[in-house]
Amino acid sequence: MSVNEQQVRHVAKLARLALSDAEIDKMVPELNNILGWVEQLGEVDTAGVEPLTAVIDLKLRLRDDVVTDGDVRDKVLLNAPDAQHGFFAVPKVIE
Amino acid sequence: MSGLTTKTIAQLRDGFRGGEFSAREIAASFNSAVEAGRALNAWTVETPELALAAADQADMARVAGGLKTLSGIPLGIKDLFCTEGVASTTGSNILRGFKPPYESTVSGKLKAAGAGMLGKLNMDEFAMGSSNETSAYGPVISPWKRNDGGNVSLTPGGSSGGSAAAVAAGMAPGATGTDTGGSIRQPAAFVGISGIKPTYGRLSRWGIVAFASSLDQAGPMAKSVRDCAILLENMAGFDPKDATSLDLPVPQWEAGLSSDLKGKRVGIPKEYRIDGVPDEINALWDQGINWLRDAGAEIVEISLPHTKYALPTYYIIAPAEASSNLARYDGVRYGLREMGVKSLDDMYAATRDTGFGAEVKRRIMIGTYVLSAGYYDAYFTKAQKVRTLIKRDFTVAFENCDLILTPTAPSAAFGLGEKMSDPLAMYLNDVFAVPASLAGLPAMSVPGGLDKQGLPLGLHLIGRELDEQGVLNAGLAIEERAGFTARAEKWW
Repeated sequence: MSVNEQQVRHVAKLARLALSDAEIDKMVPELNNILGWVEQLGEVDTAGVEPLTAVIDLKLRLRDDVVTDGDVRDKVLLNAPDAQHGFFAVPKVIE
Repeated sequence: MSGLTTKTIAQLRDGFRGGEFSAREIAASFNSAVEAGRALNAWTVETPELALAAADQADMARVAGGLKTLSGIPLGIKDLFCTEGVASTTGSNILRGFKPPYESTVSGKLKAAGAGMLGKLNMDEFAMGSSNETSAYGPVISPWKRNDGGNVSLTPGGSSGGSAAAVAAGMAPGATGTDTGGSIRQPAAFVGISGIKPTYGRLSRWGIVAFASSLDQAGPMAKSVRDCAILLENMAGFDPKDATSLDLPVPQWEAGLSSDLKGKRVGIPKEYRIDGVPDEINALWDQGINWLRDAGAEIVEISLPHTKYALPTYYIIAPAEASSNLARYDGVRYGLREMGVKSLDDMYAATRDTGFGAEVKRRIMIGTYVLSAGYYDAYFTKAQKVRTLIKRDFTVAFENCDLILTPTAPSAAFGLGEKMSDPLAMYLNDVFAVPASLAGLPAMSVPGGLDKQGLPLGLHLIGRELDEQGVLNAGLAIEERAGFTARAEKWW
């Protein structure tokens, strides 16, 4: 499989990357080079093989449904580019 | 006391406890070395005052009682670890200025054990790279030079290149690294030091900026195997804040060190003899086999048939996880925000385009593509199936051996700029390191010798799940026999 310019623009949109035209032009052959290389996995017979879901044998833990942290609003907002009235502020989304 | 910067952590600890020198003298020596080593660009932040403050506490504890396991030892912390109140930017512009109001579990454990912090160490952006050249702060320069009389700047490897250079140049006695697909082991090999990636789940990932969560593991980098054992012991342990943290006691790896390998079987995987690897690397591998045999081990040939598929598998899984993990950098909660756009959606996209570097964008694009509708099964599910087979290869191999020995990297350190134009050539650096990462196994690089250009080469040991002790012990057996004492000649 290979990607064309239109597909790369679509993927960039999905990834929320405002790539410039120059970046897109560069990205198309680079991605095709990498995708062509990973295609060799097609040689591997994986019939009946389960995809790996956990790298180590691990039972997911359950814990009591109680609050274990919180009350740190100011710390949460500490690094915000724009915080107002105890909230993260963003450009207006509703006119 | 300039002689202090050449000592190992064990020597510093024991000398400090024995009253040969004070913790303040240790911290001051390393602080001076950090300042004198700025030409290497190994640090993103220097925190001499924090190193001194921890040292003063250690000196007081030596008198008043209450010494801790790492009292008196200053360390470098890779910039991927969130450190409370100290900029943690993971080599990226998108996190420039980010000062976490919390401390990662691993760096917090080191601090709680009495260690001081010399500063934050430069790295490839979001740990995506094998040469440190993707850092927004510019590449780290290796303290090593080729012996050809030229003056080419070499890479210290990556992504933990700052950690590697700092230890090799005597700017820190030890450092934290992280390893997703070789990022501790390859740089350790490139600069002639030791580094271990423990079993997935041994060390908490909490507070370490996520790259590929099913692969990321922190680990120590230091001058000796013993120092790695000391640091690992102080970094490991269960953490309820990490869902994949293993709830197991921390072994006493330092006390358990033994280079007697009688009764151990060491597997040599035939698939790791690959084309295009310099003869010197294979010769060192053969030398390593002889050293382990000399230490009492029995050598057996093993097969890991899916080895050649490990890198392409990794370069689907790691970007996929990265594209998901890096979705959080949206210009809203922390880090960079790019304004001058009309909508919220445009703000996300503009922020991410400005804040991320080329390699990070490339991996986000690959990851987004392989996870997108219509391609998910063909790429991501396929890769996870092959990953099952790679893990199974190791399970089968470990029925016939206790440890596996390979080279760490397919070359010695290369010059800055030599591989940046070809992403695939760069990815091949980790051909020997990635399989153990995909299988979650403990693996270590120890220095083996120098090549014809006078540059360090590493040997790589892979162990069974949770057998860090076996890996460290075999590493020690190599260390004792290799007698690797070469150090980079100071030019900076």
